[in-house]
Amino acid sequence: MKVLAIDTSNLVMGIAVLDNGKVLGEYITNLKKNHSIRVMPAIEQLMEETGVKPAELDRIVVAKGPGSYTGVRIGVTIAKTLAWTLKKELVGISSLEVLAQSGKYFGGYTVPLFDARRTQVFTGLYGNGDNGKLQTVLEDRIILLKDWLEELQKLEEKILFIGNDLPLHQETIIEFLGSQAVLGQVADHNPRPSELGRIGMEREPEDIHTFTPSYLQLAEAEVNWLKSQGK
Amino acid sequence: MIKDEIILAIETSCDETAVAIVKNGTELLANIVASQIESHKRFGGVVPEVASRHHVEQITIVIEEALNEAKLEPADLTAVAVTEGPGLVGALLIGVNAAKAFAFAHGLPLVPVHHIAGHIYANRLVKEMTFPLLSLIVSGGHTELVIMKEHGTFQVIGETRDDAAGEAYDKVARTLKMPYPGGPHIDKLAQVGEPNIDLPRAWLEPESFDFSFSGLKSAVINTVHNAEQRGQVIKPEDLAASFQASVVDVLVEKTFRAAQQYDVKQVLLAGGVAANKGLRQQLENRFKDTKFDLVIPPLHLCTDNAAMIAAAGSVAYQKGTRGDMALNGVPGLDLEAQ
Ligand SMILES: [Zn+2]
Repeated sequence: MKVLAIDTSNLVMGIAVLDNGKVLGEYITNLKKNHSIRVMPAIEQLMEETGVKPAELDRIVVAKGPGSYTGVRIGVTIAKTLAWTLKKELVGISSLEVLAQSGKYFGGYTVPLFDARRTQVFTGLYGNGDNGKLQTVLEDRIILLKDWLEELQKLEEKILFIGNDLPLHQETIIEFLGSQAVLGQVADHNPRPSELGRIGMEREPEDIHTFTPSYLQLAEAEVNWLKSQGK
Repeated sequence: MIKDEIILAIETSCDETAVAIVKNGTELLANIVASQIESHKRFGGVVPEVASRHHVEQITIVIEEALNEAKLEPADLTAVAVTEGPGLVGALLIGVNAAKAFAFAHGLPLVPVHHIAGHIYANRLVKEMTFPLLSLIVSGGHTELVIMKEHGTFQVIGETRDDAAGEAYDKVARTLKMPYPGGPHIDKLAQVGEPNIDLPRAWLEPESFDFSFSGLKSAVINTVHNAEQRGQVIKPEDLAASFQASVVDVLVEKTFRAAQQYDVKQVLLAGGVAANKGLRQQLENRFKDTKFDLVIPPLHLCTDNAAMIAAAGSVAYQKGTRGDMALNGVPGLDLEAQ
């Protein structure tokens, strides 16, 4: 199975090409640059260097969010269009689940997080299942960091925190969890597109036309409109 | 045998997800528009984030519909054209990235198109262009007079200094408590009213082809407030007719003067407000029995669509305009730099 994996859901941009048991190539940057300009040239270049033609792909795997609304949409639009027009399978994977893979041999719980502004985070709780594969323990969500840490305090095991936004929140995390919290190292914080491709190979394909990003949040105008309707 | 040129075009600059297929620059094979207007009505205007979300939901469905309607496969296509700008950046990005992915998947050339160039070229689907020509573009975001001396070159000789005409319509409609989008409601109401309320017409400097509608908009709001304070009743249909007359008088007169000064052969109406009955009628009256050939496209080609992007894309393709995989959406794209 030949797979193209695309992640533009946050600041880190990642592309990978996998062929069955092998990661043929992987491209990651962690830069404040425009995904819309850079991602298609990166895909073009990586596919050319790995010698995989668009028509030879079997599956496109995309990080479906949460993250930057615009960023997620760029990756999802490209993945949907490629998969649909090439008549290939499409798989969407949580951007948090991809990031959590840095903790797959950790042994305890893993908490990936992206900053979501106003002291909120996009996060979820992942734990070790069988065969060293991570499983979702608590679903992805957007939550006030303090509320989330109070919930995590109830857990008995050590918790590994991962994400490039950790420096913004690590003080609060230590304040709540003390030595129960383990902070990832610098090279753990970039979600790896090869991991995205690997997980994507194991999942069921999506319906391409109806596939949408996982924003975890309504648009602000929608929230206000629902309020005005008394809902 | 010369091979047909078949262009698939994508347009997502505002609140319509549109895909069209045009053969040899003028023959419409498919023109699909998924409108989001029902969704944005709730908010009284287009909400950019909501528009972008709808575009992602619709994009592959609309491309598929267009190919099905034209009974074509990607292999039959010559190029992919897409609106590069101007427009809402988040919305533009969906069309641009879908177009890039589609072009990459099938090894097709990519042709970036200016949205306003598209509006002008909608006319070529109705009638062949003769140069030099003048185009009046009126929409929710634009009010411009553009001279074209040949295919693919644009000279903006006049533009709005504040609100676009369509914007003024929407704001006045809100004052009259009409639902969004207000333009069609005012136009309808104006048909049964009398233009008997004195409202200003912004002619600006004698030589200028620029427009200004914010003063008129304020005058309408003041008229309504003053009447309310004095306990007077203003007939909404008369106010609508008076407002419409002010807008249309200026648009039509400046267009006519520009046509004379630049000695053009054709005058083309373009943009969403071209659906306005009052504007169509007065243009037709003004240009009747003159040497100028007035062309007004049918309504479905005036509002945002991708057929116009394909028509403009065909000319750009023939001129050798190409985009690469780094093509981006440009919200403030300049028409004259095309
Ligand atoms: Zn338009």
